[in-house]
Amino acid sequence: MVQITTYLPYFISTVVVCGMITNFLSPSGGIVNMALNKLGIESINFLSLPQWFRPIYVISGSWQTFGFNSIIYVAAIMGISPELYEAMRIDGANKRQIITNLVFPSIRPTVILILIMTLGRLMNVGFEKVYLLYNPAVYETADVIQTYVYRQGILSNNYSYSAAVGLFNSLINFAIVFVANRLSRKLTDTAVW
Amino acid sequence: MMRTERNIGDKIFDTVVYTFIAIAVVVCVYPFIYIVSVSISSGAAVNRGDVWLYPVDLNFEAMKTVLGYKQLWISFANTVFYTVAGTFLNIVFTCLAAYPLSRKSFFLRKKLNFLLAFTMYFSGGLIPIYIVVTGLGLYNSRLAMLIPVLISAYNVMICRSAFESVSEELYENAALEGANDFIILYRIAIPVIKPTLAVLTLYYAVAHYNDFFNAMLYISDRNKEPLQSFLRRILLQASMEIMQTTSIDMAALNQSTLQVRYVCIVVAIIPVLIFVPFVHKYLVQGTMLGSVKG
Repeated sequence: MVQITTYLPYFISTVVVCGMITNFLSPSGGIVNMALNKLGIESINFLSLPQWFRPIYVISGSWQTFGFNSIIYVAAIMGISPELYEAMRIDGANKRQIITNLVFPSIRPTVILILIMTLGRLMNVGFEKVYLLYNPAVYETADVIQTYVYRQGILSNNYSYSAAVGLFNSLINFAIVFVANRLSRKLTDTAVW
Repeated sequence: MMRTERNIGDKIFDTVVYTFIAIAVVVCVYPFIYIVSVSISSGAAVNRGDVWLYPVDLNFEAMKTVLGYKQLWISFANTVFYTVAGTFLNIVFTCLAAYPLSRKSFFLRKKLNFLLAFTMYFSGGLIPIYIVVTGLGLYNSRLAMLIPVLISAYNVMICRSAFESVSEELYENAALEGANDFIILYRIAIPVIKPTLAVLTLYYAVAHYNDFFNAMLYISDRNKEPLQSFLRRILLQASMEIMQTTSIDMAALNQSTLQVRYVCIVVAIIPVLIFVPFVHKYLVQGTMLGSVKG
């Protein structure tokens, strides 16, 4: 049950999540500002301030994905044989020690694999959410390569320039994955290929 | 089973863990509860700022206004079409792609596998795709929502691993009895990997349902737009079209524009919320497939 409630946000579309964010953070009717007012703090216009964009983006991203990603870790933890737990209990370990000395090392390969795959998408930072949340006031902190390419290419018809930017983006992306994979193979013996 | 001692350290640890879990659940669930509460409260209460958890002055006017708006249903129907047709095409083509790649006797296997993995990490980018799709004449056509996303390399790899786990003897026996590859695929391979296909269906369906990017790029005709495009107009561009086209006097009924938006969100989320608990089992299986087999 806990699993279902925590991964539900993952299935909500970006449009709906951004709609929720925009309406919750709105200075007039939004619930965040209402709560702040009750505590005596003035309303903050979150979405027009450049310094708030990144925290908002990151926090809402975590909210959406942490439940879904935890499924993978749960599956990995379930793969640890119960005999190892028994052995540690017999040796007198308390729960905290069991976790740090047994669980974490056992799921290390899985964590690294996922890290590499995520790094592969590093440069493709979610276009949709940035696009839906930004406005001209926050261009300086909010623009990512994809949204810039979109504005230059499709909206300003600057096809060649933005195609070049896009290709460059892909190249860097690939290089990062490649290096991460090499490093991981050298340091921990787990790798994607 | 050995009954272990529960000392103070363990108890404190347990409390901390349970607190974390409780916070996580509340953080995930509260926004939804809030939105539903606002949707069924009266407009006056919302405007006063009285609603924070429970509905105040139970009132379904906002829901009636939104549900009576025709464009909502047009775009919803479009989304249903894209999801159903799109997912079906996706599964068909993914299987067709994955099956040859899983048979060891296929001579192009290594090269094609490499190309497939390559496209996962490296692609031409947004502009070339846009140019290709519009160059093919798909702009503003329903096919533009279906064809560019026909196959996902990642899912083909999952499907391919599943096919590889089918034992070679089954194939040989079928070939001995005179079955050609299509019959083998349809009668033998696919029934064996049904759980994997269930998971892939889920992934593809969610991707189609939530897709607004393709619509934003390629579709400008209001009659073909999916639900997400419609939502975007209402929620983010603060379009007043619902209030303007339904002949309801906003002030007289004391409604809030905020409420109308939240009702739209509720309408969009309901299918997902209903669908997900049923597929929970497949979802957990599927993530294991994707990550453990790599």
